[in-house]
Amino acid sequence: MSQAHPPPVSDLELVRQANSGRQEAFEELTGRYEERVFGLAMRMLRHQQDAEDVTQQAFLSALENLNRFRGEARFATWLFRIATHAALKVLRKRKGAVSLEWAAEDSDGMAAPHPEYIADWRETPEKLAERAETRRLLDEALAALDEKHRVVFILRDVEGLSVRETAEALGISEGNVKVRLLRARLELRERLTREFGDPRKRVAGHGAR
Amino acid sequence: MKCEELLAMLNEYVDGTVDPAICKEFERHMAGCNPCQVVVDNIRKTITLYKKGERYEMPVEFRERLHETLRIKWRERHPAKRRG
Repeated sequence: MSQAHPPPVSDLELVRQANSGRQEAFEELTGRYEERVFGLAMRMLRHQQDAEDVTQQAFLSALENLNRFRGEARFATWLFRIATHAALKVLRKRKGAVSLEWAAEDSDGMAAPHPEYIADWRETPEKLAERAETRRLLDEALAALDEKHRVVFILRDVEGLSVRETAEALGISEGNVKVRLLRARLELRERLTREFGDPRKRVAGHGAR
Repeated sequence: MKCEELLAMLNEYVDGTVDPAICKEFERHMAGCNPCQVVVDNIRKTITLYKKGERYEMPVEFRERLHETLRIKWRERHPAKRRG
């Protein structure tokens, strides 16, 4: 099937075309990223109407500011940054106050949660991914994370941004991204292993050595 | 290397950005520490699951509304340009 299509035009080229007035180029960019922006908003907000609002805001803002996009970052990163900011605004509004905690460095340093339940999983991720209940368990585990850890995990591990891009999107330091990411990964590992781990293959006692 | 030290380097190891010398130490520790081995494997699988996770489907009505909104905005910003 791929042979039937001409090679894809790069995002940067589409931005250039859109900036010179070609509407179809902007529509192509929208088509490339709307699902991912919507997914990012859904994962961050867990509310469809809010996610739709954020997605629309993000693309409107991208359209308005496209001529300021200079290509220092990937277009996707730039767009995710806009969407992330819009989603964070919604989260702050929900809380009724500006959360100062957000930009603050994590004071607990590298003190991540110590692994408690350690066991080989009963099935491969491929097999697990086929099950409907897996989706629910993944959503629940992600929702249980602290917001600042969750957002970093979504950008880095779900959306595939680099540590640096994640830091830029959130306006926090790379060091802080790493600390939060480690926490998120360890907490998710703990929860998922309690669900997917094979009790017969549980490894006991993981004391500090 | 102790388990605690290994935990602190987990990101770099899993992401493949760890210093080669430390990577060796990391692997030497894991070879003799089954719990750490399993934790690293669990973490890799956790990340894989989320990466493979289903995408949220955008509702069709929303997609249409979004495209229409963007078309209107585009026309506002490009009044002099020929359309389409």
